[in-house]
Amino acid sequence: MINKQTDSLEKAVSVIKSGSVILVGGFGDIGVPLKLVEALSGQGVRDLTLVSNNAGTGERGLSLLFKHGMVSKVIASFPSQAGADHFFAAYKRGEVTVELVPQGTLAERLRAGGSGLAGFFTPTGYGTELTEGKETRVIDGRGYVYESAIKGDFALVKAKWADRFGNLRYRLASRNFNPLMAAAARHTIVEVEEVVPLGAIAPDDVHTPSVYVDQIVECRA
Amino acid sequence: MNKGWTEDQLAARVAQDIPEGACVNLGIGLPTKIPLHVPKDREVLFHSENGIIGMGPDPAPGEVDPDVVNAGKKHVTLLPGAAIVHQADSFSLIRSGRLDAVVLGGLQVAANGDLANWRVPGAGVGGVGGAMDLAVGAREVLVMMRHLDKNGRPKLVKTCTFPLTAPGCVTRVYTDLGVFDCVDGAFVVRELAPGISEDEVRTHTEGPLVFASRTALDQVASVQHEAADR
Repeated sequence: MINKQTDSLEKAVSVIKSGSVILVGGFGDIGVPLKLVEALSGQGVRDLTLVSNNAGTGERGLSLLFKHGMVSKVIASFPSQAGADHFFAAYKRGEVTVELVPQGTLAERLRAGGSGLAGFFTPTGYGTELTEGKETRVIDGRGYVYESAIKGDFALVKAKWADRFGNLRYRLASRNFNPLMAAAARHTIVEVEEVVPLGAIAPDDVHTPSVYVDQIVECRA
Repeated sequence: MNKGWTEDQLAARVAQDIPEGACVNLGIGLPTKIPLHVPKDREVLFHSENGIIGMGPDPAPGEVDPDVVNAGKKHVTLLPGAAIVHQADSFSLIRSGRLDAVVLGGLQVAANGDLANWRVPGAGVGGVGGAMDLAVGAREVLVMMRHLDKNGRPKLVKTCTFPLTAPGCVTRVYTDLGVFDCVDGAFVVRELAPGISEDEVRTHTEGPLVFASRTALDQVASVQHEAADR
């Protein structure tokens, strides 16, 4: 019987080792798997590369990874939100390097990573300091920049519903980066509000099919 | 400068130019005032970079949906007919020209249409968000900003000295002093705000200016005064 449900957050994240590239879904705090991230923050792993749109604010979520000195590199479009105090402090201490990526390019690099593609040419960032040194090409009179795929060792994802196979359905704007992160990692761990019987998510309504998912942990809201 | 348009008047002026049926993205800050000024009988689809097509106004007290926010992470609503996509599809829509317009804030706009709006030099790590994608992708890139910066320096410049968001992307700039199109390396003045003279605009603008014909300006001004009287 296929059953990807794991009964504890700590057990789920214990597979993550120091030096891993972790992809974390969410936009601001919306759609961030806060409980999985908090469980990870207690695991004592280090030298993580974190790929996420933001870098957490306040005293929860991704902030905790910076507070505990677990992150050595951030790949993000907007890590410098007001309230990202633990990120800023880690950056000032020189613990963290930042690769700033335009948001659409970040999303597409993840989609490429989950699609078996090496990369793509995009007009975004052409002629700006963020793409200095990158390969460029002029196609039909327009400038493009080559951007490479991002793949992760692990993804931490938040979904509203899952079944025991690991089919996922997200809710409204908490979908954001989650399906992309789930597809771009070798091992995907999902925090889900409700595990439902097989078939309860109709085939047409599955947002992330089970093949991309390795573990699910139910965390009722 | 206490003449010219207030922020709400400026938002109303931008809203005039957003036609029925358009799909529009609004940047963080000043542009978020625009929807309040779109006439009620005009259907416009507002897009939010985090995957919303058909974003509505702020929620009524007690009706906040935790899963519905805008690009600034503020709670908003979804209108009937709204659609949700993931981030990659949201930016595919942006880059492929499905946005009729984006209205962005600006730090500097050069007369050749270069836009700088994501980073002040020397301001630490910075954050770019979706600004670069929006600037290259939208069919019309409209900038809504104050004419002068906090230190009284012109933001309509010859050449941007701040890091670029995208080269040659801006089509029109709305400031508290007027409306300016970026055409052939000059700012073409399409309108002056009430009480603003050509000399004032010259004094407060660094980049080259071209004034549209006096007749055209008078026509625009009279339309404006009628609008203000309503």
